[in-house]
Amino acid sequence: MAQVSNIVDEQTSSTSKSVTLRISRYNPEHDDSSQFMEFNVKYEKWTTVLEAILDVKKHFDHSVAVRYSCRQATCGSCGMMINGKPKLACFTKISELDSDVITVEPMNNFPVIRDLAVKFERLFDTHQKIKPYLIRDDSELEYDEKEFLQSPEELENYIQFANCIKCGLCNSACPTMATDSSFVGPQALAQAYRYVADSRDKGKDSRLKIIDDSHGIWRCHFAGSCSQVCPKGVDPAMGIQFLRGYLLGFRS
Amino acid sequence: MRESTIMKIHYGTALAAVALVAVHILMRLTMGFAESLEYENVLANYKFVPYAIMLELILVLLAVHGFNGLRVILLELKQGRIYEKAVSYGCLVAMIGLIAYGSRTIIMTNMGLV
Repeated sequence: MAQVSNIVDEQTSSTSKSVTLRISRYNPEHDDSSQFMEFNVKYEKWTTVLEAILDVKKHFDHSVAVRYSCRQATCGSCGMMINGKPKLACFTKISELDSDVITVEPMNNFPVIRDLAVKFERLFDTHQKIKPYLIRDDSELEYDEKEFLQSPEELENYIQFANCIKCGLCNSACPTMATDSSFVGPQALAQAYRYVADSRDKGKDSRLKIIDDSHGIWRCHFAGSCSQVCPKGVDPAMGIQFLRGYLLGFRS
Repeated sequence: MRESTIMKIHYGTALAAVALVAVHILMRLTMGFAESLEYENVLANYKFVPYAIMLELILVLLAVHGFNGLRVILLELKQGRIYEKAVSYGCLVAMIGLIAYGSRTIIMTNMGLV
């Protein structure tokens, strides 16, 4: 058993490489601007950026602020700019970045709490604004009913959009979010479509009214960057175009 | 007015303007390009009523489309209730002003007052 352990150790050390991890450090309460701190960290081909950051916290500087939870691209907590692109740190392997220097910064278009942790209030507010729940007159289940029935075809209409994990990467990549502080954002718009396209929902008109605003759906310029960065393949840009179809009378 | 209504007008004016401006450019090719822009020929265009109506339509379409585009750009640059009202009404007034001034030119030239 000891022999096997040694072999594994030897294999690990022979495949182990190192990378320079540049972490943006910024505390709005004390600092005027952000500064980068560099750390040399070892990684294997399966090491994620989040694991590298946690390695830095464990061995070099425990004060690095980062939000994370599930480590499997489900909770949507660890979104950050990795080499200039919004990505989930737990879903991004260092080996796939193909770079000797990994730069991690807080997500664009979000106020920074500290270092890599950002405030999600605006995202949650806009998400809540579009009424992210089924609206029906008969929302209370009848005595003999167990569920609102739906065919597989009806499910297909929206299931892709139900995969949103509210990580905020789409809002971070959106060029309109960068200039328009009142813009509802691709995340909320994609979720508006998710419920509008749901055959069980009857709140289409009220949702369309909410997004048909001077800072609503029409401020999207279809850059498509939201869909490009989504780690769950939600494609908010497509949802926005479908919603526009309703508002322009092409869909009903 | 609902934003979707404004944007329907925005897209509609763009499509209509493309068609009419294409006719306007094609009309330059009925004779030599430079010749078509000579003073007397331009006046003749204005005095031909169907052409004057088309010029008026192009003026209205481009003014509506252009000033709404400007409004949208300005709304995205900065936010605030007073600012947004000022931008919306400012663009509306500028659009009406431009259409009024352009219409005056078309009508006066059509009536031979220039």
